[in-house]
Amino acid sequence: MKETGRWRAEVFVSLRPSVNDPQGLAVRDGLRRLGYDEVEDVRVGRYVQLWLRAADAETAERRVASMCEQLLANPVVEDYRFVIEPA
Amino acid sequence: MRFGIVTFPGSNGDHDALMAVRMGLGQPAELVWHTETDLSSYDCLLIPGGFSYGDYLRAGAIARFAPVMEAVAREAEAGKPVLGICNGFQILTEAHLLPGALLRNASLEFVCDWVWVRVEQTRTPWTQRLVPGELLRLPIAHGEGRYYVDETTLKELERAGQIVFRYVTADGRVTADANPNGSIANIAGVCNGRGNVVGLMPHPERAFDRLVGGDDGLRILASVLDVGLTLARSRGVR
Repeated sequence: MKETGRWRAEVFVSLRPSVNDPQGLAVRDGLRRLGYDEVEDVRVGRYVQLWLRAADAETAERRVASMCEQLLANPVVEDYRFVIEPA
Repeated sequence: MRFGIVTFPGSNGDHDALMAVRMGLGQPAELVWHTETDLSSYDCLLIPGGFSYGDYLRAGAIARFAPVMEAVAREAEAGKPVLGICNGFQILTEAHLLPGALLRNASLEFVCDWVWVRVEQTRTPWTQRLVPGELLRLPIAHGEGRYYVDETTLKELERAGQIVFRYVTADGRVTADANPNGSIANIAGVCNGRGNVVGLMPHPERAFDRLVGGDDGLRILASVLDVGLTLARSRGVR
């Protein structure tokens, strides 16, 4: 039995590339109006931090992936990715 | 027949629904709190509009895990008529009782208006007294009503007859101008495969009397009487 560790997960949720993101388009247009002509595209997403207990990094990753599938992201329209580090 | 109106913290269309059923249909209706776990005494269920749990995370995402939703899923599975209105529609998609998802309006603006919808499907208990192709004038009030499914699912919904309402012009044409939120294929409402669970963004309960601007919505609510009264009789209720 491994010692339980404490982990911090940073979860990034964004609309799938195929889904129109009007919020991103509005931000893109705003940046261009400010003179940032080099901006080609903007996608606005959601950022979630969470702290959890798990025996090891693999377990923590499995649990966080499950949380993303069930609640943090809506797999019908959103993609997610996350990074985990010892807290 | 008894209407159960499922109420979450943040629901705001619950009393509108209560009034529409009681005054418009003359049927008994009760508000059911989100902690309830037994809905077997109701003959149909309404999931009203509002901002359940503040729409935190995504509209409907948290409400989906309320204790009452297990009971809603059970009754839906048993074939009982369930209607999700606006936020109720969002909750039913998050709960996977209906296909697709509802996203931020393409305009990024909250839209509060009257729209025309065309009845596309009359096999559901909520539309069986309507005529295919007829037009209804209903109010909308939402910021996240852009219906989305991927192209494959869209074809599947069309094939299976699961598109129930579409936004149209006053003369019944599907155009971009008639689409208030950017919904794919102008979809305003869908049903599950079996047809007993229907969700729509417009508010039929806010159009139950000419006094409030129109009574087309009452025709949707009245449609459920055919199935609902049969269910009520099977429970031994007159």
